[in-house]
Amino acid sequence: MLPELAVDWLQLLPLAVLGAVLGLDVVSFPQAMISRPIVASTLAGAVLGEPVRGLWIGAALEFFALESMPFGASRYPEWGSAAVVGGALFAMTPDNTPAAMTLAALAALVAAQVGGLSMVALRRWNARLARGRQAALAQGDGRAVLTLQFAGISADFLRGGALTLLALAVFSPLRVAILATFTFPNTLSRAVVVSVASAVGLAAIWKVTATTHGARWWLLVGLVIGFALAGGLG
Amino acid sequence: MSATPALPLRVRAEILLRLLGIQGAWNYETMLGNGIAFAMEPALRRLPGGRGGEAYRQAIARHSGYFNAHPYLASVAVGALARAELDGAPAAQIERFRVAAPGPLGSVGDRLVWAGWLPLCSAVALVAFGLGASPWTVVALFLGLYNLGHLGLRIWGLHAGWEHGLRVAQALGNPVLRNGPPHVARVLALVAGIALPVAAQKLLGEGRVWLGGVLAAVALGALLVSRLQGRFEGWRLAIYVLAAFLLYSVVR
Repeated sequence: MLPELAVDWLQLLPLAVLGAVLGLDVVSFPQAMISRPIVASTLAGAVLGEPVRGLWIGAALEFFALESMPFGASRYPEWGSAAVVGGALFAMTPDNTPAAMTLAALAALVAAQVGGLSMVALRRWNARLARGRQAALAQGDGRAVLTLQFAGISADFLRGGALTLLALAVFSPLRVAILATFTFPNTLSRAVVVSVASAVGLAAIWKVTATTHGARWWLLVGLVIGFALAGGLG
Repeated sequence: MSATPALPLRVRAEILLRLLGIQGAWNYETMLGNGIAFAMEPALRRLPGGRGGEAYRQAIARHSGYFNAHPYLASVAVGALARAELDGAPAAQIERFRVAAPGPLGSVGDRLVWAGWLPLCSAVALVAFGLGASPWTVVALFLGLYNLGHLGLRIWGLHAGWEHGLRVAQALGNPVLRNGPPHVARVLALVAGIALPVAAQKLLGEGRVWLGGVLAAVALGALLVSRLQGRFEGWRLAIYVLAAFLLYSVVR
């Protein structure tokens, strides 16, 4: 086991609060997109004193998030708390540790999936609560409206915090075990994450641009410029 | 409809703040319904009889039922319905609006914001990341740009709804809403095209030694995810791929 990977459990509390706030932002309040991975992971990294590492994993997760936008009643992953988990796990790991990015991305994706399920459960709970207040609402009770709204917002806050805490509690020790036994070089680990993330991001943009006349030509022009720029930067 | 009555700034500010939490009680039965009543409530206190009066109670009962719309453009409905209530519009007319408004307010918002503005802002932030901007520059760029559109839309929607009342359909003919989505989609396509390789090369770092494999994997992966569209999402598939890679590395 690598001693420098040990988790300071006191760090989990501020991360759980951050996960709660950013989980809330996904739908309930204020939907200002501070929950997008490129922001949320950077903030998680900053909590651990590593905003740059947070940004790196946040950028990778942002590729995945391009695929799933919060369309109305559709079911989608919850990126706010999940990106905090991914950002924190990547920031906790020293630079150039093999598999660090793979593991952080995987943990965030799993947390996003569980988070999406927890949002469905919350919405069902909100419906049950509303049914219980139906008589008061039918009589025009303004307090019932306020109670339902604040109950939903509070429950969502707790949901995001609990999810973050749970995911970090599971993945922090798992991370230590996996990183100690991982046998591929760091370069390959990164290449795998970048390949998968870019494929999902490219497919997402391809899909979004399908309904607009000429948009795919603009995408191809953009790719040409992008590859030229990337070649110059590399 | 009468000349536009004044809605005090304090009330507008309170409605705007509540609009940020309009989805707080979102559920699969009444959807945005409770949120609409929640956001309108500060205006409804100005009805004859005030808070708890007969008109207030009838309005709350009407607006806490089923309603669905894009959360940002729901501000249009909130403004229009608040105006209708304070103007004393007939209940049947208000109900017709509540039935007719969700469709356009949902589809315009989805195309403009979720399928346009949000991914465009993500792509801009990814370009900035790829070009080496600092974490706080990337975050400020994304949040500043996105919320310019987000808050602008909410503020405009409330104003337009209040200004036009139940005839707010005219406001939805605004060129930004009518012609905006295809223009935003084209800009998104261009910027995302630039963002993907620029951000990917930055993330790859020394992993560039695998560049040939990465390019092939991206092309094949994107094709596969596009083919699976509607049946299996790419991010879910990614969980299996990354888990299999980690597992193989540990047990080999």
